[in-house]
Amino acid sequence: MRPFTYERPADVRSAVAAAGRPDAVYLGGGTNLVDLMRLGVATPRTLVDVTRISSRAIEETGGGLLIGAGVRNGDLAADPLVRRAQPLLARAVLEGASGQIRNMATVAGNLLQRTRCPYFQDVTKPCNKRLPGSGCPARTGDHRNLAILGHSEHCVATHPSDMAVALAALDALVHVEGPDGARTVPMPGLHRLPGDEPDRDTVLAPGELITAVEVPHLPFAARSRYRKVRDRASFAFAVVSVAAALDVAGGVVRDCRIALGGVAHVPWRAEAAEAALRGAAATPEEFARAADAELARSSPLPGNAFKAPLLRNVLVRTLADLAEPAEPAGFAESEPVETP
Amino acid sequence: MKTEARPYVGAALERVEGVEKVTGLARYAYENFPDDLAYAVPVQASVARGTVLAADVDAVVRLPGVIAAIWHGNAPRLAPADNAELAVLQSDRVAYRGQYVAVVVAETLQCAREAARLLRIDYDAEPHDVELRADHPEMYRPDRVNAGYPADTELGDPDAALAAAPVLVDATYRTPAEHNNPMEPHATVAVWSGDGLTLHDSTQGVSALRETIAPLFGMPPENVRVISPHVGGGFGSKGAALPPVVLAALAAKHTGRPVKLAVTRQQMFAVTGYRTPTIQRVRLGADTGGRLTVIVHEAFEQSSRLREFAEQTTTPTRVMYAAPDRRTAHRLVRLDVPTPAWMRAPGEAPGMFALESAMDELAVACGIDPVELRIRNEPAAEPESGLPFSSRNLVGCLREGARRFGWADRDPTPAARTRGRMLVGTGVAASTYPVYRRPSRASARCEPDGRFSVRIAAADIGTGARTILTQVAADALRVTPDRVRVEVGDTALPAASLAGGSAGTASWGTAVVRACEALLEELDLRGGDVPAEGLEATADTAEEVGEQPEYARHAFGAQFAEVGVDLDTGEARVLRLLGVFAAGRIVNPVTARSQFVGGMTMGMSMALLEESVMDREFGDYLNHDLAQYHVPTAMDLPDVQAYWIEEDDPHLNPLGAKGIGEIGIVGTAAAVANAVHHATGVRVRDLPIRLDKLVR
Amino acid sequence: MNGETDITGAGGVPDPVTADLRLSVNGVPRPVTVDTRETLLDTLRESLGLTGAKKGCDHGQCGACTVLVDGRRALSCLTLTVTADDVEIVTVEGLADGDALHPLQAAFVENDAFQCGYCTPGQLCSAVGALAEAAEGWPSAVTPGLSAPPRLDETEIRERMSGNLCRCGAYPGIVAAVGQVAR
Repeated sequence: MRPFTYERPADVRSAVAAAGRPDAVYLGGGTNLVDLMRLGVATPRTLVDVTRISSRAIEETGGGLLIGAGVRNGDLAADPLVRRAQPLLARAVLEGASGQIRNMATVAGNLLQRTRCPYFQDVTKPCNKRLPGSGCPARTGDHRNLAILGHSEHCVATHPSDMAVALAALDALVHVEGPDGARTVPMPGLHRLPGDEPDRDTVLAPGELITAVEVPHLPFAARSRYRKVRDRASFAFAVVSVAAALDVAGGVVRDCRIALGGVAHVPWRAEAAEAALRGAAATPEEFARAADAELARSSPLPGNAFKAPLLRNVLVRTLADLAEPAEPAGFAESEPVETP
Repeated sequence: MKTEARPYVGAALERVEGVEKVTGLARYAYENFPDDLAYAVPVQASVARGTVLAADVDAVVRLPGVIAAIWHGNAPRLAPADNAELAVLQSDRVAYRGQYVAVVVAETLQCAREAARLLRIDYDAEPHDVELRADHPEMYRPDRVNAGYPADTELGDPDAALAAAPVLVDATYRTPAEHNNPMEPHATVAVWSGDGLTLHDSTQGVSALRETIAPLFGMPPENVRVISPHVGGGFGSKGAALPPVVLAALAAKHTGRPVKLAVTRQQMFAVTGYRTPTIQRVRLGADTGGRLTVIVHEAFEQSSRLREFAEQTTTPTRVMYAAPDRRTAHRLVRLDVPTPAWMRAPGEAPGMFALESAMDELAVACGIDPVELRIRNEPAAEPESGLPFSSRNLVGCLREGARRFGWADRDPTPAARTRGRMLVGTGVAASTYPVYRRPSRASARCEPDGRFSVRIAAADIGTGARTILTQVAADALRVTPDRVRVEVGDTALPAASLAGGSAGTASWGTAVVRACEALLEELDLRGGDVPAEGLEATADTAEEVGEQPEYARHAFGAQFAEVGVDLDTGEARVLRLLGVFAAGRIVNPVTARSQFVGGMTMGMSMALLEESVMDREFGDYLNHDLAQYHVPTAMDLPDVQAYWIEEDDPHLNPLGAKGIGEIGIVGTAAAVANAVHHATGVRVRDLPIRLDKLVR
Repeated sequence: MNGETDITGAGGVPDPVTADLRLSVNGVPRPVTVDTRETLLDTLRESLGLTGAKKGCDHGQCGACTVLVDGRRALSCLTLTVTADDVEIVTVEGLADGDALHPLQAAFVENDAFQCGYCTPGQLCSAVGALAEAAEGWPSAVTPGLSAPPRLDETEIRERMSGNLCRCGAYPGIVAAVGQVAR
C-alpha cells in the first residue's frame, strides 16, 4: 500500500474540497477500497473518510424513500421502512456478500464498488480498466464470469453489486454533491458501459460525492423478486441475477421493471424485455419472448455463452413466479419432467 | 499382536486444547514475537519461464523502514537441495509464474509490503507451456509415483480381455488442479542465534522439516529447532518443506534479525503446492451380470520443471475390485507450472472419482444396482498382490450405508424425480485408503505426584492427535486422561513422523504405547516407586514397524449422496451426504466424526466447487483467492453424516486403528457426480460440476 | 507489474504517515501509534498482542478476522485502524467473563465445532453478532418473509454464518453450537 494521509472532514463541503486534490479518494466502509489498496490496484495519496458525515438516515419522502449514503448495507436490509416499502431492495442487499461485509459496506460504496474481474485485480497483468491501453486479456482468457451484454473490445468486466441491480430496476435517483454543486443522477445511468474508456465506471466527475439514494415508491413492486444464481450456495458473487417487479391485471402485464446483474459493466436495465412485456399476456410464452428480445442484444464470448440460456431460464422463471400465485408448499415426488 | 479393549480408547474425550482455541489463546506460527523482529514480504516472478536479469534492490533499500532486499544476486548461498523448489533465490532461472524471486525485509509489515510492491525486476521472458494434454509429446513414465508405488502394473492380457468383453465402459474423466487452502496460510518466524536456527512454523511435521532445512544451511539437524504447537490446517500442503520457510530462514540469516513471513492467500496458489490436474481414461469390461473381466485405468498428470511429483492416481484401482486382466499406468509431463504436491488423499481422491464414476456407468450399462455391482466384484484377496486383506469391510459399509441412507427403493431411472423446481437424484461410490505406519519415537515420564507426561514430535493440525494420544497414553499407563499431558509439535521432543498419509494415529500411537509400556516396566522394577526427579522411558518403533507381516492393509468406506439440480439454472447442491467407514478401531468418536465429515465436505467441494483455473496466456492459477476459488460455506452441505463399522483387526498396530483423515474425501466426488447423473441424466466427467455443465 | 512505479523519480514515494490514536479494545483503552496503512487486524495482532483474530485471506473473503465493532460483527482485515478510534472493539479474547467461557465458546467446545481452530475466533465473534442481529429481528436471505421476525432454524444459522469459512468442515458442530445458544 502506498502511504497516504487520512482526513476526516467535518462536513460534505469540506469533504468535496479535500477530494479535489490529486489522488484523493473517498473512504466509506472500505470493504472494496481497502481490498484494492492492498492489491495495489488503488494507490491513493489521500483518503477522505466520509463515514462520519454521510447520512445514516432512512426517511420517507413524499414519493419514496431517501436513503443516506452512509447507511450500512446491514442496516438497510433490516430497516422496517425498506422491508415494507422496498422489499426488492432489501432482498437484493441480503443476497450480497456476508453479514460482516454488509455491516461495513455503505450504500454509496456498494454502488461504487469495482469489478471483480480477475485481470483487473492482478496488477501484474494488463487491464484496460486499471491501466488504459494495456489490453484486455479476459477476452481471450478466462471470462466465464464476465459480461455478455454491452461490453466492448476494451473491457468485458461486470459490475458486481446486487443492491445496484435492484436500484436500477426501481428507477432510483442518486443524489450527488460536487465541486460544482448538487445534482441528481438517475439509475440506470449512474454506471456507464465500458466503450473505449473502461477505466470510468460511472458518470461521476472527480470529487463528486454520493450523499443519498432516493427510491421512488412503486406500488406494484410489492410483488417483486430478486433471484441470484451463483456457484456457491452463499457468500458468492452472482453468475447472473434478476431483479423483477410485475404488475399484472386480467392476465395482462400492465407494467414491469427488470434489471440484470452479472451480465454487464452496469446493472443492466432490461429495457427490451420490458418493452416486449408491457401490454403482453402474462404467459410463459410471452416471458420467453421478452427474454429473447433482451438476449438479442447480447454477444456472449465462448467461455460465457452459457449465460444466455441461463439468463433466459431465470428471467422466464422469475416472471412466471411473479405472475402466478405462490406454489403450494411441499413438492411432487416422481412428477415426470424433462432433462434440463 | 493382540488388541485389547481399554476404557479411554474409544471414548468421546473433548479436544484437550479446546479451551485454548475458543479463547483465542492457542498460538499459531506467526503469533510469535522475538525481540528485534523484522517483517519479510516475498516478491513473485511475473513471467512463467525465463531469467531474472536485474532487481533494483538498491532503490528499494533506500525506502523508509526497509532493512534489506534480497534476490539471487545477493542472497546467502544454500547447500544444494534434492528438491530444486527449495533452492530459493539461488539461481536466476524462473520455472513458474509466482515463484519467489526476491524478498524485502523491513521494520514494519506495511513498509515491507510497499517495498515489495515497488521492487523493480527485469526479466528475459521465454515462451511457456502450461497446458496439460494427454497427447503432450513430452509425456513420460515416471520411475515410481508418490508413496513409492510402481508407475505401471499389468496382469493377464487386458487388451484381449477388453476386445472380448460383453459389456464395455470406456470413458475419460478430468479433475482440475485444486489448492489445499488451509485457513491458516503458511507462516514462519525464523530466529538465528549463533549457529542455531529456531523456526516457529506452521507444519505437519517438525522432525521432517528440521531434517530438510538443516542441510540447506550446512548444519546438523540438532542445530535447528522447529516449534509448531498449533497448525491451522494443512491437508497435505504443510507436509513437506516449501519455499516460504526457506526464504524466512534465509532472510533472517541475511539481515541478522528475527524475521516473520506469512504467505498471502494469493501466493498460496503458486508456492505451497496443489493437487495436480488429471486426465484419466478408465476402461471396464464385464459380463452381462456385471462381473468385471478387465480393468484398465490410465492417468495423465503434470509436474513442474523443478521437481518430479507424480501423484499415485490409479493405485486405488489396484485394490478395489476383482478382475483377472488389468492394467494401471501413470504418465507425467513437466510444464512451466507451480509444483504440485500432496493434497488430502493424493491419488485416491482423483483416482476414485474416475473409477467410481466408471463403476456407476457400468451399473447403468448392465442394469444392475450400483451397490450390488460393487458387491459382485468384491475380491477375495488384494487383486494385484494376491495378499490377504488384514480386514476388508467394503461390503459391510455399502450395506450399512444403503440401509441408513434409504437406498432400497431407489428407482434407477435418471431424470425422473423433482422436488419443487429441482431435479433430485441419489448416487453411491466406494472409498478406500491405505493403512500406513511410520517409525516414530516417544517418551513417557512419571512425576512423583502421580502425573504423567508423554512427549512426541507429532503434529495436531486439527485432527485431534493431541487428544487421542492422551487417550492412548491413559490406557497404556492405566490412569485417567486428566493425569496425562501430551506434548507435541516441537523438535525438542522425540522425533516422529509427519501428519500425513492418515498415519498419525498408527505411527505415533504405537510409539506412545511402547513408551508407556516401557515406563510401566521401569516402575514395576522399582516397585512403583517414583524418584524425586521423576522417571522417564523412551521408545523407538523403527524395528517394530519394519517387521510388519505382509498383509494388504486398507480402510474402506461407502459414500451416499442426494443431489438437487435446479431445473432453470443447473445449480447443483448436495442435499444429503452419508458415509459409512470401516477403519479399524475408532479411538475417539467425536474427533473421528469431525475428520470423516471434514473429508466428506471437502469431497463435496471437489465435486461441485473447486477448480484452480490455469491462465494459459500468463501461466498462473488465475482465481487465486477465496472469493474466486470457492470452498464450501455452511450453506453448501446442509446434511452430512458419518458412521463407521468397528473392526477388530489384529494385524495393524497396538491400537487396531486404521487412518481416518483422508478416506472421507475419497469417493465423495463420484457419489455426487453419480447422483447428478441420476437426477438429470447428464454424466459430467469433468469436475467441478458447476451450473454451466448442466444448464440447458 | 512489480515495480511499475518509478521510485527513483521526483516525488515518487511518499513517507509513511502515522497517527496517534486511542483505541478501545475489550473495554480497555489502548493508545497506539499506527501507520495509516495499518489494518485493525494487524494492529491487534502485531501491536497489541491480541492474536485471537486471525488472518486467513486479508481480503474480506474468509471471515477469520471477524471482531465486534460497536456490537456489530465486522472484518478487521478491511478496517483501517486509523478509522477505529471512536468505536468499541471486542475480540475473541474479550468474550469470556474471566475464567467463565462465553456460552458460545462453551458450546463450540461441547459440539466439537472446530478442528484446526484457526477460523474459530472469527466464527465466535460472527456468531455473537449474528445472534444479536437475529434478536433485533434482522432478516436474512433465507428468511421466508420480510415482515415477521426470523426464526433461527438451522438454515437461518447456516446462511447467517456463511461469511465464515471453515476448511476443516466443522460446520455441523458450528451450526449445532450456535443453535444451542440461540435457544
